[in-house]
Amino acid sequence: MPTLPDATALCAQLAAAMRPSITPQTALVGIHTGGAWIAERLHRELGIKPLLGSIDVAFYRDDYHQRGLHKGAKTSNIPFDVEGAHIVIVDDVLYTGRTIRAALNELFDYGRPARVDLAVLVDRGGRELPVAATWCPQALTLPASQTLVLERNSNDGEALSFRITEK
Amino acid sequence: MKRNPQLNAHGELQHLITLEGLSREILSAILDTAEPFAEVAEREVKKVPLLRGKSVFNLFFENSTRTRTTFEIAAKRLSADVINLNINTSSAAKGESLLDTVDNLAAMQADMFVVRHASSGAPYLIAQHLAATGRSHIRVVNAGDGRHAHPTQGLLDMYTIRHYKKDFTRLTVAVVGDVLHSRVARSQIHALRTLGVPEIRVIAPRTLLPAGVADMGVRVFQDMKEGLKGVDVVMMLRLQNERMQGALLPSPQEYFKYYGLTPEKLRLAKPDAIVMHPGPMNRGIEIDSAVADGAHSVILPQVTFGIAVRMAVMSMLAGS
Repeated sequence: MPTLPDATALCAQLAAAMRPSITPQTALVGIHTGGAWIAERLHRELGIKPLLGSIDVAFYRDDYHQRGLHKGAKTSNIPFDVEGAHIVIVDDVLYTGRTIRAALNELFDYGRPARVDLAVLVDRGGRELPVAATWCPQALTLPASQTLVLERNSNDGEALSFRITEK
Repeated sequence: MKRNPQLNAHGELQHLITLEGLSREILSAILDTAEPFAEVAEREVKKVPLLRGKSVFNLFFENSTRTRTTFEIAAKRLSADVINLNINTSSAAKGESLLDTVDNLAAMQADMFVVRHASSGAPYLIAQHLAATGRSHIRVVNAGDGRHAHPTQGLLDMYTIRHYKKDFTRLTVAVVGDVLHSRVARSQIHALRTLGVPEIRVIAPRTLLPAGVADMGVRVFQDMKEGLKGVDVVMMLRLQNERMQGALLPSPQEYFKYYGLTPEKLRLAKPDAIVMHPGPMNRGIEIDSAVADGAHSVILPQVTFGIAVRMAVMSMLAGS
């Protein structure tokens, strides 16, 4: 059993790695739900106040025809002009790459960004698509039977923590 | 217990024929799913790829420009291919039976039928026929059948109420007008009850009330002024002149006098009451223009919400 990644420490490392590339015109787009929490935290920690949005990729997932519409889809919120923007997609865990593909497809329905980067806390390998993170403070190998889940504790100052669940 | 024919073995919605018998969980899930779809209309590209490669047939055995158009827009925003058939002007006029029409379209690899029919039960008959012939992968959505049901209208009305009033469990809602001929009213009443609205009122002249309406768990008023007192939501119905046989009503002027929603009558409702109408409106008969275009009216938002609700229904059915 590998040690669980420390989400709070990883957020701080991620913010430090990203900071030189972020301007007030950069837009952070968190993927629901974990990525949106991290994007909110990065938005505070970066100190530069980039633009902030969130997307739910439920309508763009490639497993719709096998698994149906993902339950509990949230409203995507992109309160800035995507056309010509520098966008950083933020997610908690990078795995197969399929969520990122869906996020890219969705993002391009809002306009044509000038550049898109990817920031994640953990890369757990297992890629099924040619996707790579621009910034990722930790790599980790997990068996396919396990899922790495990010949780947010509203009783503890919105603290983020990872948990492993068995499929 | 016999399974609700609209649900599959996992309890997921497979067809949408009527709101009667659907649980609060399912109705709420549809309304919840419609919310993110409403945002899609704000985008540069107002489309999502869920139904890419699917063929949706709008089978309208009875005319309806608005309902057909909103289903067409909803399916197109889901990236489906949409084929519109106004059957009263085509094969049915040549004598083809309903199920022959369905078989032919199924042979064209249809994935979904959106059915409007003057006879109650036609969409159910189609769903049953598809199941009996091993083609239950083809989904059926009822877009209004006779006096029976108009489930997507009922759902978009619930979406509208939730949007403006947030919580169903504290509301008094009045359904006003031609309840007798109204499939919309039936779907509304089923949904309002299921979602926990504590007081549902029906306001209509005796001649436009169906027998046994009180058994649907509503309070019946023939005096509109009495019925509107303190309501949060006024749901007007269209006077369906085309369905009336014989003298159910005096003159339109007299109907307007007693059952037309005027600013004066609306003042009896709560100050923040909303006014809804499924369209098309008969101005000056069931509703005064000053109300239809007034500050309480949410009639046009209903139309917009209707697209998101139909996108939610179609994507839930096609993915189940």
